[in-house]
Amino acid sequence: MVDVSTFAGGTPLHRKVQRSLRLQKLRALGLIAPLLIFIMISFVIPIGDMLFRSVENQLVSEVLPRTTSYLEAETIDDHWEPPNNLFWHLYVDLAIASEVKTHTRVGSRLNYEKTGISSLFRKSGRSIKRFGADEYQKAITKVYPELVSVESWENFLSENNQGELRITQAAFDFWKESLIENDKFSEKTKPSDFLFVVLANDIISGNTPLAKELLPIVTDLPQIKFKEQFLAIDEDWADPSIWRTIQLYSPNFTNGYYLNSVDLKKGADGPEIRPENERLYLLIFSRTLFMSVTITLVCFLLGYPIAYFLANLPFKQANLFLILVLLPFWTSLLVRTSAWKVLLQNEGVVNDILVAVGIISNLERLELINNQTGTIIAMSHILLPFMILPLFSVMKTIHPSYVRAAKSLGATPWTAFRRIYFPQSIPGIGAGSILVFILSIGYYITPELVGGTTGTFISNRIAYHISSSLNWGLGAALGSMLLAVVLALYWVYDRMVGIDNVKLG
Amino acid sequence: MATFQPYDTPADKAWYYIFRIICGLIFFFLIFPIIVIMPLSFNAGNYFTFTPEMLRLEIEGYSLKHYRDFLTNPDWQVALFNSFRIAPVATLLSVGFGTLAAIGLSQSHVPFRRTIMAILISPMIVPLILSAAGMYFFYSRIGLQGTYIGVVLAHAALGIPFVIITVTATLTGFDRSLTRASASLGAGPVKTFFKIQMPLILPGVISGGLFAFITSFDEVVVVLFVGSASLKTLPWEMFNGLREQISPTILAIATILITLSVLLLSTIEILRRRSERLRGISPA
Repeated sequence: MVDVSTFAGGTPLHRKVQRSLRLQKLRALGLIAPLLIFIMISFVIPIGDMLFRSVENQLVSEVLPRTTSYLEAETIDDHWEPPNNLFWHLYVDLAIASEVKTHTRVGSRLNYEKTGISSLFRKSGRSIKRFGADEYQKAITKVYPELVSVESWENFLSENNQGELRITQAAFDFWKESLIENDKFSEKTKPSDFLFVVLANDIISGNTPLAKELLPIVTDLPQIKFKEQFLAIDEDWADPSIWRTIQLYSPNFTNGYYLNSVDLKKGADGPEIRPENERLYLLIFSRTLFMSVTITLVCFLLGYPIAYFLANLPFKQANLFLILVLLPFWTSLLVRTSAWKVLLQNEGVVNDILVAVGIISNLERLELINNQTGTIIAMSHILLPFMILPLFSVMKTIHPSYVRAAKSLGATPWTAFRRIYFPQSIPGIGAGSILVFILSIGYYITPELVGGTTGTFISNRIAYHISSSLNWGLGAALGSMLLAVVLALYWVYDRMVGIDNVKLG
Repeated sequence: MATFQPYDTPADKAWYYIFRIICGLIFFFLIFPIIVIMPLSFNAGNYFTFTPEMLRLEIEGYSLKHYRDFLTNPDWQVALFNSFRIAPVATLLSVGFGTLAAIGLSQSHVPFRRTIMAILISPMIVPLILSAAGMYFFYSRIGLQGTYIGVVLAHAALGIPFVIITVTATLTGFDRSLTRASASLGAGPVKTFFKIQMPLILPGVISGGLFAFITSFDEVVVVLFVGSASLKTLPWEMFNGLREQISPTILAIATILITLSVLLLSTIEILRRRSERLRGISPA
């Protein structure tokens, strides 16, 4: 295959080697690329999407653009009173939002931060139609009868443009865009009656020639007092803390979910500690940590003797006993969990045996399930093989002659174990412990089924926020924090053991 | 049987037996919950403990009614069907992509090998609830949430680490001179792969595939989030059953699944021995 002429022709050897190396690299990457792309799309990007949701906060400023930009310049303290003008902006925002039903979404979003906002928004969205808009509509269409279709509105606005009906134009555009975005716009769509209110208001407040010309149309009508109307719907609209919440959650990105996950909340000047009865997550985090450490410890205490026993057996026998470890490892997780659920019940096998043996009386059956005890027992059983297998593979490599040498030098069996054998098994302990800890800290199924209320982990809370409370941002923030812990440990594990050295039985 | 040296003290001998008893107890803890479920599944009543009739070994105490329920109840049958519709396709995807990548990773010059490996193994390490949440959000955006394809893709991603690990493990002992010999005898890369490399790494591929299959077949968290009511799998139904009112039918299913895992375990053990023999690694 070697072409002698090119050799003679003087292509330097090192260049040829380089080229062949490059080819080899390319071939290897070509083989890996399909999988890498697959994992990126089906796994890595979804995780990134979740991380993004923990800071994402476009909803409030998207649905209430006028209100939020007005609030931007305000300093809201406890004596602050919302100005009249603010309610005018709120009216336009809410009128459009209630037409496409996005006001309820903002309401429930802000409700995570301050309870009561959701119902406030719902109520206001419902009542906002009764602000006397139809009277304005009647009066204006009397003069401009053609203003009943979207098209004629567009024509009217473009004829009278020149910045005179600026607010009406903006409100109209935003109204139309919102409808189109939410698939609510069709050829039959009629201009919403709130647009007449906006037009009238533009006319009244405008100093332009056109406005003056149009003024007589609306001067006879009762002026809508937006502030009074809103306060009539709910007194809470005068409460500065409602407005502060809207203001704090106006930016497109927020650290609010993260503050929430550590029992803080956004205050006027930086993070504040939540009142005692709202604190929850630090407790759940510390409980998750406590249970994971306990489970790791139990696994170590139970796994070490087994691994030692297996490592010191002849190969054939060790393989036989290893099956006893691998069988639970291979058995369906749900099967093992249901086994524990059956065994640990009040009327279950364990309690029955204890009663039959006479350790406890029939009346004092132990509460073994739906609490932390249940979670710890079941999860230690489920994760025990993950401790035994790495320990076993490290212990197999410890040569018995070291311990023999120690003994021959006068060490007692205990000293020989403590000073010679144990230190050599530490890499296995580290690998097994990190593996068990990583797996247990993010566990969901088993705590959900046997943990009751006191034996659940942070993952159960994440699942609750994603599927029940629909507070996705908070779920994502809690998830990101859990992910950070797991990835840090994963990195340590990779440094220490190397992920390609994971043994699967 | 224990063989003691003349210099062993009575304490040594006592410890020898105590240690064995401790190990026996731990093995009991490992196996007991799995074993005990089997006889309970033949319970004639709707109890989760041994009835007096069962303890007296009377035939009336036992019955197959929970198995009958599993085989006739449409909910369980649909779930079983869905599981068998999802797992094999997900396994095929994992094995296909995974084997190719493992071969790529085992080449001698791979840039960023460590990082790539870490990314490919991560679905095994990242808590399932986070994978499930992320997939739920992202798959909803691209319209895969609640679809068969979505669940298959998700399960394939979860199975890939196992294929990568088992196949790279078989490849580490692979003798490169075999492919060189094949090439020098005139075989092209494709022929060399199918005639030389493939038969040697096949045990690793199959056991990786079995792992991927079990992962999909036993997976519940992701399917709860990415799936929909029409895609309920066996674990989904079991999870619901365990969460709401637990019915003894679950014990019958559990027994069937345990039998299945014993079969799989034996297959993997046989494959492992075959692979070691083929690659000339003698058992230590």
